[in-house]
Amino acid sequence: MFGFGILTGLIVLPLVGAAFILVQRGEDQATLGNIRWAALSTTIITFLLSLWAWKLFDPATASFQLVEQKAWLGSTIIYKLGVDGISMPFVLLTTFLMPFCILASWETITTRVKEYMIAFLVLETLMIGVFCALDLVLFYLFFEGGLIPMFLIIGIWGGKRRIYASFKFFLYTLLGSLLMLLAIMAMYGVAGTTDITVLLKTNFPSSMQKWLWLAFFASFAVKMPMWPVHTWLPDAHVEAPTAGSVILAGILLKMGGYGFIRFSLPMFPEASQYFAPMVWGLSVVAIIYTSLVALVQEDMKKLIAYSSVAHMGFVTMGLFAMNQQGVQGAVFQMVSHGLVSGALFLCVGVVYDRMHTRDIAAYGGLVKRMPLYAVALMVFTMANVGLPGTSGFVGEFLTLIGAFKANTWVAFFATTGVILSAAYALYLYRRIIFGVLEKQNLKNIADLTPREIVLLAPLLVLTIYYGVNPGPILDACAASVQGLIRSYDAALAATKTAALLLN
Amino acid sequence: MYSAIVFLPLAGFLIAGLFGRQLGARPAELITTGLLFVSAALSWVAFIEVGLGHAPATVPVLANWITSGALQIDWALRIDTLTVVMLVVVTSVSSLVHLYSIGYMHEDPARQRFFAYLSLFTFAMLTLVTADNLVQMFFGWEGVGLASYLLIGFWYEKPSANAAAMKAFVVNRVGDFGFALGIFLVFMLTNSVAFDQIFAAAPGLANKPIHIFGFDADAMTVACLLLFMGACGKSAQFLLHTWLPDAMEGPTPVSALIHAATMVTAGVFMVARLSPLFEQAPVALTVVVIVGATTAFFAATVGLVQNDIKRVIAYSTCSQLGYMFVALGLGAYSVGIFHLFTHAFFKALLFLGAGSVIHAMHHEQDMRNMGGLRKEIPFTFWMMTIGTLALTGFPFTAGYFSKDAIIEAAYAASGHSSAALYGFIMTVIAAGFTSFYSWRLVFMTFFGTRGANAVHDDHAHAHDDHGHGHDHTPHESPLVMLIPLGLLAFGALFAGLAFNGVFIGHGYDEFWKKALFQSPSNHILHDLHDVPHIVGYVPAVMMVGGFLLAYFMYVVSPGTPKAIADTNPLLYKFLLNKWYFDELYDFLFVRPAFWLGRLFWKGGDGKIIDGLGPDGISARVVDVTNRVVKLQTGYVYHYAFAMLIGLAAVITWFLLGGVR
Repeated sequence: MFGFGILTGLIVLPLVGAAFILVQRGEDQATLGNIRWAALSTTIITFLLSLWAWKLFDPATASFQLVEQKAWLGSTIIYKLGVDGISMPFVLLTTFLMPFCILASWETITTRVKEYMIAFLVLETLMIGVFCALDLVLFYLFFEGGLIPMFLIIGIWGGKRRIYASFKFFLYTLLGSLLMLLAIMAMYGVAGTTDITVLLKTNFPSSMQKWLWLAFFASFAVKMPMWPVHTWLPDAHVEAPTAGSVILAGILLKMGGYGFIRFSLPMFPEASQYFAPMVWGLSVVAIIYTSLVALVQEDMKKLIAYSSVAHMGFVTMGLFAMNQQGVQGAVFQMVSHGLVSGALFLCVGVVYDRMHTRDIAAYGGLVKRMPLYAVALMVFTMANVGLPGTSGFVGEFLTLIGAFKANTWVAFFATTGVILSAAYALYLYRRIIFGVLEKQNLKNIADLTPREIVLLAPLLVLTIYYGVNPGPILDACAASVQGLIRSYDAALAATKTAALLLN
Repeated sequence: MYSAIVFLPLAGFLIAGLFGRQLGARPAELITTGLLFVSAALSWVAFIEVGLGHAPATVPVLANWITSGALQIDWALRIDTLTVVMLVVVTSVSSLVHLYSIGYMHEDPARQRFFAYLSLFTFAMLTLVTADNLVQMFFGWEGVGLASYLLIGFWYEKPSANAAAMKAFVVNRVGDFGFALGIFLVFMLTNSVAFDQIFAAAPGLANKPIHIFGFDADAMTVACLLLFMGACGKSAQFLLHTWLPDAMEGPTPVSALIHAATMVTAGVFMVARLSPLFEQAPVALTVVVIVGATTAFFAATVGLVQNDIKRVIAYSTCSQLGYMFVALGLGAYSVGIFHLFTHAFFKALLFLGAGSVIHAMHHEQDMRNMGGLRKEIPFTFWMMTIGTLALTGFPFTAGYFSKDAIIEAAYAASGHSSAALYGFIMTVIAAGFTSFYSWRLVFMTFFGTRGANAVHDDHAHAHDDHGHGHDHTPHESPLVMLIPLGLLAFGALFAGLAFNGVFIGHGYDEFWKKALFQSPSNHILHDLHDVPHIVGYVPAVMMVGGFLLAYFMYVVSPGTPKAIADTNPLLYKFLLNKWYFDELYDFLFVRPAFWLGRLFWKGGDGKIIDGLGPDGISARVVDVTNRVVKLQTGYVYHYAFAMLIGLAAVITWFLLGGVR
C-alpha cells in the first residue's frame, strides 16, 4: 500500500471516512443516514483490518512487529510505527469499541451529526496512533491530539455543565502533558534520538531518571486518573454524551497505563523502583477513597466514573508491583475495564435516552418492565464487582496477587476493594432495578430495542468469554511483559553492582 | 460422566434462562428438574464407584483458565471420595428441591427464572466441590454467592428481600477478602495454587516464619487463618453470621437447598479439602474449634426465642455448622464431613417441612399464629417430627451418629487441649438448647390451638399474599412436595446408620483413601472410640431434658414462656435481637462507610482538591485577569502552575517518608 504497512492503514482509514463525511452536504434525513452509515462502515472496516493485523501478529516474541519507518522531520524525528504484545490488545480494543460508539449515537445525536462523526473518526485515528507510535514525538502528537476531539465532543454535545467539564478535562490533562514535553526534550538531549526502540535501550543517569519519571508521571497520572488528580473524570463523564463516556473510560484512560508500561517502567527502572511505594500508596488510597465516594453518589454516571478510578488503582498497583502477574494483570484489567465500563456507560445511556435523567432516585423496579436490560446490567455489574467467570475478576486477581508478592500491606488494603465494590455496585443495582415499579413516568418504559441488543450483546459475550478464557489477551502480552521485567531486573541489578563497585 | 454431573445443571440453567419465556413455565421446570435427577443418579454411581468401590481418584483437566508466569490455573474436575460425598449431597438435595419447587412455586409468575437460578446455583456448587485448585474453588465460591444473592432477592418487589440479598453478598465478600489473601499467601509460599502441589509442599512449610503485614508470624498459621476467614463468611460463623437469618427472605426451597444443605457447608468442605494445610497449623485449628464452639452456642441461644419458623431453623443451621467446625478443628475431618452429610438430609427436610407448613398456612411464617396443625397436615407433621428427632440426635437417627461423635471427639481431645474442653462444654449445652428449640417449634406449630398467641404483624406476610384470606383452612401440600419430604425423611432416619462405619468407623481408610489428610500425630479418630460410655449418654440426657422442658413450657403450661420473658426482660430482648449484632455492625461499619464517602466526596474532592485546585485557581485567575489584563493563555499556565504545586506537595510528602 504505497510502501506503507497495515498500521498506517489503521491510522489512515478513519481519516478517509472522515473526509468522505466532510464532503457531504445538506441536513435532510437521507444525508444524515449516509453520514451515519459511512461512519459505521468505516469503523467496522478498521476493526476488520485490525483483526487481520492480529492474525499477522506473533505473540511468541517480545520484539516490535509490523514495524514501518519513514523519514519525517529532518533526520531525527521519524515516522515509525510498530506493535508488541502490550500495545496490540489496546489497538484491538480501540477498533472494537468504535463501532459501538457510532451505534450508540445513532438516534441520540441529532444536531451537527456530521461534525460529531468526524470528531469520532479523527479521535480513532489519534488513539490508534498512540498505541502504534514508536517515536516519542509522534507519540506525543497523537497523545495530545486526542485531547482536541474529546474536548469538542464534551463541549458541544455534552450536558448542562459541559463547558466547565470540558475545560476542566482539557486543562488537567494538558498540564501533565506540558511537563512530558519538557522531559521528551531532555531525553532527546541525552540520547540524540526520539526513536522509542533506541530509548528503551538507553541508560539514563540516575539523578535524571527521577526528574524524567516525575514529568511523565504528571502526564500519565492525570490520564489514568490517579488520586488526587482524578476530579476531572466524574465531571467529564457526567457531561459527555454516552459514546464520549465509552471512549473516555474505555480507551483514553488506558493511555496513562500504557504510558507507564511503555516509558516509565522500562526507561526509568531505578526511578520506578524508587517511586513505587508512592504509586502503591496513591493506588490504595484511590481504591478505598473512590470506592467510598462511589457508595454515596446520586448520579449513575458519577458512580461508575468513581468506580473507574478505583479500578485504575488496581492497574497502577499491579504495574508497579513489577512482576509477571502484576503487569499482565494490569494489562488485562485495562482491557477488561474498557469492555465493562464501556458497557456500563452504554447501559446508563439506555435509560437516559428514555427518561433524560441520570438521577438514581428517579428509577426503581425497572426489572418489571425491562427484564433484558436487567440481565445485561446484572452481568456488567458483576463484572465490575470482579466476580470470577467475568473478565473483571482476572485482572483484579492477577494485580492483587502481583502486589501481594511485592508488598503484603498494599495487597491487604487493596483487597478491601472487593468488599467495597460489591457494596456500591449492588447498592446501585438495587436502587435502579429492584423494588416496586411505582413511579408514574416509568410505567411505560420499554425494554431494549434491537439496536440496543446489538450494542450490548457482543460486549456481554466477551465479558463472560474473557472471564472463562482470558488466554487470548494474556498470551498476547506474556512474552512482551516477560521481556520488560527481565530488562527491568537486569537494569536494577546493573546499578546495584555499579554502586557496590563504587563503594 | 463427571463432566455430565457438573454441566447438566448448567445446561438446565441456560435452557431455562435463555429460552424460558418461549418454552413456558412447565417445560422449563421439567427440563431443569429432569437434568438434575440425571445428574443426581450419576453422582450416586460415582459415589458407589469411587467411595465404596475402588475406582481411582482422578483429576481430568478440562481447559486452561489463567496462565501468568508461574501461576497456572486450570479448569479441572478433582474426583475423590470427598468430592463424591459432596456430589451426592448437592445433587440429591438439589434435585429434590427442584421437584418440591414445582409444587411450592406453582403460583409464581416467574418460575422459569426461579428454576434457572436453582440450576445455576447447583452448577456453581458442583464446580466448587470438584475444584482442583484454590482459584476454581473461589470461582464456585463466588458463583454460589451470586446465585444465593439472586435467589434471596427473588421476590424483588420486597424491600426486605433486596436488603437481605445485598447483605448476604457483601458479608460474604468480607469473608472472601480473607480467602483471597489466603490464596495470595499460599501462592507466594508454594508458587502454585493447584492442590497437588500445595499439599506436597505443605509439610515443608510447617513452622516456617514469615514477615507479613508488618509482623513475624508462622506462615501456615496465617495462611490457614486467612482461608478460614473465607469459610466463616460462607458458613455463617460467629461474627460473620448476620446474613444467614436475613437470607430467609428468599423462597423456602432456596433456604433448604442453599442455606441449609449445601452452600453454607462450603466452608466446612473447604477446611476438610485443605486438611493437609490445616494439619500443619495447630494454632489455626484451635481457632477453628473456638469459633465453631462459640457459634454452636451463640446461635442456639438466639434460636430459643425466635418466632419466625424459618428463622428458628436458620439459627439451628448456624449452630450445627458450628458443630462441624468443632470437629474439623479437632482434626476429625471425617466426622465433620459426616455431620455435613447427615445434616443435609434432616435440615433440608426441616426446611421443606416448614415450607409445607407455610404453604398450608398461606404464607404465614409466624409460629405464634400457628398451632394445632397436627390434624390438618398429618404427613407434614410426621416428617417434621422425623427431622426433629434426627436433629436432636434421637438414637439411631442420622444426627445421633454424627453429632454425638463430635461431642465425643471434643471430650477425647479435652484432656490435652483447653480449646477442646471449651468445645465440649459448648456443644453439650448447645445440644440441650437444640432439643428445646426444635421441640418448641413442633409444639408451637402442630399442638395446642391455632392463634392462641396470635399477633397481627401485617408486613410479615405482605409479600406474596395471593389474595387468600387467612381463615382458609390449612391444607396438606400436593404430592410433588410430599415425595421429596418422604425421601429426605428416609435419609434423615437411616443415613447415619448406613454410613457410620465408612465415614468414621472401621471402614475409614478404605472409604476415604487419601482424600483427607491426618498427620501421624493425629489420633483423634482412634481416641474417639475410646471415650468412656458415660460421655455417650451426656448428649442423650441433654436431648431428653430439652424435650421435657419444651413439652412443659409449650404444651403442659403454655403461660410459662411469657412469664419467664417478663421476669427477665433484658435477657429476653438480648436474645430476641440476636445479641444486637445487626445494630452493632450498622453502627461500626455501615454508617461510617457512608459518612466517610460523603466526607471524601464533598470535603475531599469538592472542597480540598477542586477548591484548592482547578476551581480555586480559576477564581484567583479571574480576579487577577480582571485587574490586570485579559490574557487568554493565563488560564493554562496558572492551572499548570497549580497542578505542579499539588504534585510537588505530594512528592515532597512522599520523599519525607510519608508513605514508606
